[in-house]
Amino acid sequence: MATTDQEVNELIKREYEHGFVTNIESDTFEPGLNEDVIARLSGIKKEPEWMLEWRLKAYRRWLEMDEPDWAHVGYPKIDYNSISYYSAPKRKEDMPQSLDEVDPELLKTYEKLGIPLHEREKLAGVAVDAVFDSVSVATTFKEPLAKAGVIFCSISEAIRDYPELVQKYLGSVVPHGDNFFAGLNSAVFSDGTFVYVPKGVRCPMELSTYFRINAANTGQFERTLIIADEGSYVSYLEGCTAPMRDENQLHAAVVELVALDDAQIKYSTVQNWYPGDEEGKGGIYNFVTKRGACIGKNSKISWTQVETGSAVTWKYPSCVLRGDNSVGEFYSVALTHNYQQADTGTKMIHLGKNTRSTIISKGISAGKSSNAYRGLVKFGPGAEGARNFTQCDSLLIGDRCGAHTFPYIESKNKSAIVEHEATTSKVSDEQMFLCRQRGIDPEQAVSMIVNGFCKEVFKELPMEFAVEAGKLLEVSLEGSVG
Amino acid sequence: MLSIKNLHASVEGKEILKGINLEIKAGEVHAIMGPNGSGKSTLSQVLAGNEAFEVTDGEVVMNGENLLELETEERAREGIFLAFQYPVEIPGVSNMQFLRTAVNAMRKHHGEEEMNAAEFMKLAKDVSRQVDLDPAFLKRGVNEGFSGGEKKRNEIMQALLLQPKLAILDETDSGLDIDALKVVADGVNALRSQDRAILMVTHYQRLLNHIVPDYVHVLAGGRIIKSGGRELALELEEKGYGWLGIKDEATADNAAN
Ligand SMILES: Nc1ncnc2c1ncn2[C@@H]1O[C@H](COP(=O)(O)OP(=O)(O)O)[C@@H](O)[C@H]1O
Ligand SMILES: [Mg+2]
Repeated sequence: MATTDQEVNELIKREYEHGFVTNIESDTFEPGLNEDVIARLSGIKKEPEWMLEWRLKAYRRWLEMDEPDWAHVGYPKIDYNSISYYSAPKRKEDMPQSLDEVDPELLKTYEKLGIPLHEREKLAGVAVDAVFDSVSVATTFKEPLAKAGVIFCSISEAIRDYPELVQKYLGSVVPHGDNFFAGLNSAVFSDGTFVYVPKGVRCPMELSTYFRINAANTGQFERTLIIADEGSYVSYLEGCTAPMRDENQLHAAVVELVALDDAQIKYSTVQNWYPGDEEGKGGIYNFVTKRGACIGKNSKISWTQVETGSAVTWKYPSCVLRGDNSVGEFYSVALTHNYQQADTGTKMIHLGKNTRSTIISKGISAGKSSNAYRGLVKFGPGAEGARNFTQCDSLLIGDRCGAHTFPYIESKNKSAIVEHEATTSKVSDEQMFLCRQRGIDPEQAVSMIVNGFCKEVFKELPMEFAVEAGKLLEVSLEGSVG
Repeated sequence: MLSIKNLHASVEGKEILKGINLEIKAGEVHAIMGPNGSGKSTLSQVLAGNEAFEVTDGEVVMNGENLLELETEERAREGIFLAFQYPVEIPGVSNMQFLRTAVNAMRKHHGEEEMNAAEFMKLAKDVSRQVDLDPAFLKRGVNEGFSGGEKKRNEIMQALLLQPKLAILDETDSGLDIDALKVVADGVNALRSQDRAILMVTHYQRLLNHIVPDYVHVLAGGRIIKSGGRELALELEEKGYGWLGIKDEATADNAAN
């Protein structure tokens, strides 16, 4: 249907609604990166000596590394000296002791984003850590969490207050030399979230971090570390947005998850960084390393991601299944339109006996975008009886976009079993005609069809966010059927 | 209600409809019969606004409004309903969600309040029973894995839910066994009303034993070559399309049925 294409394109054209800039006084470093900058950053954060050493080691390692070029994405070379590595809202005091001391402009920003931080109107049942540019500005529900023994704070606080835990686990899953962007992050990460759930505790509420990039020419390098001690359970969600700017901005995060014996971590992401405009100008480069280690037996880590934003996404949330009978899961919806590029997927590394993993990936491409799934399933010699199931579906909207699938399987154990299914489909003219013949608007039809396609993944999200994710897809799709 | 004048339409540059003239009044049931490939589905799709077909000449007026200027969804909201010959699947979208979205789109258009999930569930369950579909079908993906007969009953269920002004049924009888045919016919008869018109497209006359039309038209080579009453269908059945000088490879199958 000729006009359907146009309609879809109009649909997709809907504007990014989080694109505003907050006018707030900030302390921002001059662009540039060297050992002095790192020392200054560490100094501002009043970090102990070992932390600075850790950063410098990472920096020196990073200088020797090359930026990866194997992903199915293309972007101009990044000048790492043109980026500012620290930007924080100016504060009267050192650190706000309570939310009352947080700059009202900042609170307003989060309210505009639908993330109330005020004590009286906090998100029901969800504790939020809000990270604005380089620093954590507020964490809600600290007290009830503390009562349960759960530590939920910014990583800066954790470095000061829980050094043993941080020293033991930071970099244990994603070491300095893991990859170029992880190396950079290790050197310059400015804030992020820390979670520790003690033995046998089921975390009483959803934990959530909301990341916001505001300042121009600033990179956001956050670091998240979540530790689930024996027999504990935690569900964590991150969301992210950024203003619309013509220049590209770099976001290079590292997330490490550690699950001990019988522990479970459920990590969900709704990523909605600014994707750039219709011509592909601006947008966030989202180069993140997320990895979970199931070090204990019977432990489980689930990644669920809904990726709709960013100009370029390079992201492979992975699980290292070391403990016997441990389980890794990856559920992903990645939507690209206009000139967005995504190369995303997962790695499931089976080391322990009877380890199991499930991968469900749903890629949706519209406009002139490119969407690649890249997955590695690896079985070590000790992975007796291990199994993986992978299902990888692509949905194309229009005929100018592309979908690619790169599955890699490496097995050193003959008893391991892999099942792989892949499909590619289109939102067909016939489906659109059926919906419209029943009186449904084209945009609503596309969004309904796409939501149907993503159903298996959405049902893995915490309830509140599943609704949110559906709406987000609808907005992201405005202008797109074929 | 509907007036079609000298309608010409083509697909991929090939002219399929070559000057259709047809007047349909509210309350009437018209049957369009014709051999395979004569343009019956094309006519149905063109009326519903499928943009794969290009209207090259002629006019279609519904209740004083130029239908050809309206988008597909606008025509639907004005009361045109098409029961598809080959209903398409929409995986993962539940029949319930799909139907409620459709019903609410219509209600919104008419300035009525949207139905919530609970209200709609009750209505949908009643209607699904009316076409002998287990309400469990409401939870399945739209047409996903439905048998041929289930798809057809699902189409009639939608017509009953949406209460159109003009229902176009494209070979809703094909592929049905005798019991299913009866169910579908009952559904269509339930649709019959003073202020609704029905345009029934069919290759065979057997459906017309259950749903008695007011008029019968024979479509061949993109034109209506003969019109008459109920008896025209019976005559066609007896003598075959060859009687009208039309070649039809499917007439032999018809006799076999
Ligand atoms: N989408 C299409 N592309 C090309 N030709 C088509 C298309 N749809 C229908 N036709 C052709 O138009 C003619 C009429 O088809 P159709 O309207 O389906 O007939 P009927 O429903 O009477 O069997 C046939 O020759 C058919 O091949
Ligand atoms: Mg036909």
